[in-house]
Amino acid sequence: MTGNLNVIGYGIAALGPGIGVGLVFAAYIQATARQPESAGLTRAYMFMGFAVVEALALLGLVLAFALDNTPA
Amino acid sequence: MITQPGFLAEDFPPSVETFDFKSLIPSLEGTFWGPAFTKLTLLIWIAVAVVIVFFLATYRNPTLVPTKKQWLAESVYGIVRNNIAGEIIGVKDGIRFAPYLATLFVFVFVTNLWSIVPLAQISPNSHLAFPVVLAVMSWLIYIALGIRKHGLFGYLKHACIQPGVPWWVQPILIPIEFISNLILRPITLSVRLFANMFAGHMILLVFTLGGVALWTNGALLLKPAAIGSWVFAIVMTLFEFFILSLQAYVFTLLTATYFQSSISEEH
Repeated sequence: MTGNLNVIGYGIAALGPGIGVGLVFAAYIQATARQPESAGLTRAYMFMGFAVVEALALLGLVLAFALDNTPA
Repeated sequence: MITQPGFLAEDFPPSVETFDFKSLIPSLEGTFWGPAFTKLTLLIWIAVAVVIVFFLATYRNPTLVPTKKQWLAESVYGIVRNNIAGEIIGVKDGIRFAPYLATLFVFVFVTNLWSIVPLAQISPNSHLAFPVVLAVMSWLIYIALGIRKHGLFGYLKHACIQPGVPWWVQPILIPIEFISNLILRPITLSVRLFANMFAGHMILLVFTLGGVALWTNGALLLKPAAIGSWVFAIVMTLFEFFILSLQAYVFTLLTATYFQSSISEEH
């Protein structure tokens, strides 16, 4: 079997941001359901939070490629 | 690369090398100026030309009842002016940043759009060098704004010290705030855009080249899988359009947030 451990590492690293992005959108949906008028107000914050959380997963993706990946 | 199906199958799985482009001027290949005239820089120039020509053409004869093109240009500018500059920074202070933010938004959007335009199929932003320039520009502007508003030490205090925190937390908090507010911001800003475009291009390559690899494999059972892979490539292209517009919006939004945090009176 050939492959790269980086991929498994990235899979684990994506767990946290995955949960985080889910929480961001869950909170936005909940806020909108409770207070539909606030949808426009909170949308910018939702995207901001989404972007900040998602950056972690993307940093992991970049590092998975950037690290030396010659087979040991 | 897309036009050479002969060795596409050997390109699977795609690697980082698929992002390297040869110089468009063959005699410059391998020299210092080699990377200066590639497909990516050509796409940048076209994007700049498209943006300039579009806005000049749509605003040459502005009418009170806007034409379709004028409506498009005005609504793009209006979204950035009202929904980003107006709401995040504030109507009083924010409107003066609307031209910069709108330029940033349109430029990032059009350069991102190259990743799904047929024949181009790659965004210049999938090379870190291009987003870094934009992020460093925003970084310098918000630091300059902060220093002009609060003075050098006032701005450092403003950016690094959180009021209302117990004193014994400050030794940990001040370095964290300093690094995250003054050093890491341009890095995350550029890496976010770069990584989204990089990953998007990679995903499209995996499905397209994977389809080719399955099709040329020879086994009859794999042919439907290849077609499924290509269909999914089209679906992912549509998804990519969503991602690239979101990233252009997020880049502008975060820049506006940084401006706001620099010129705000308190936290």
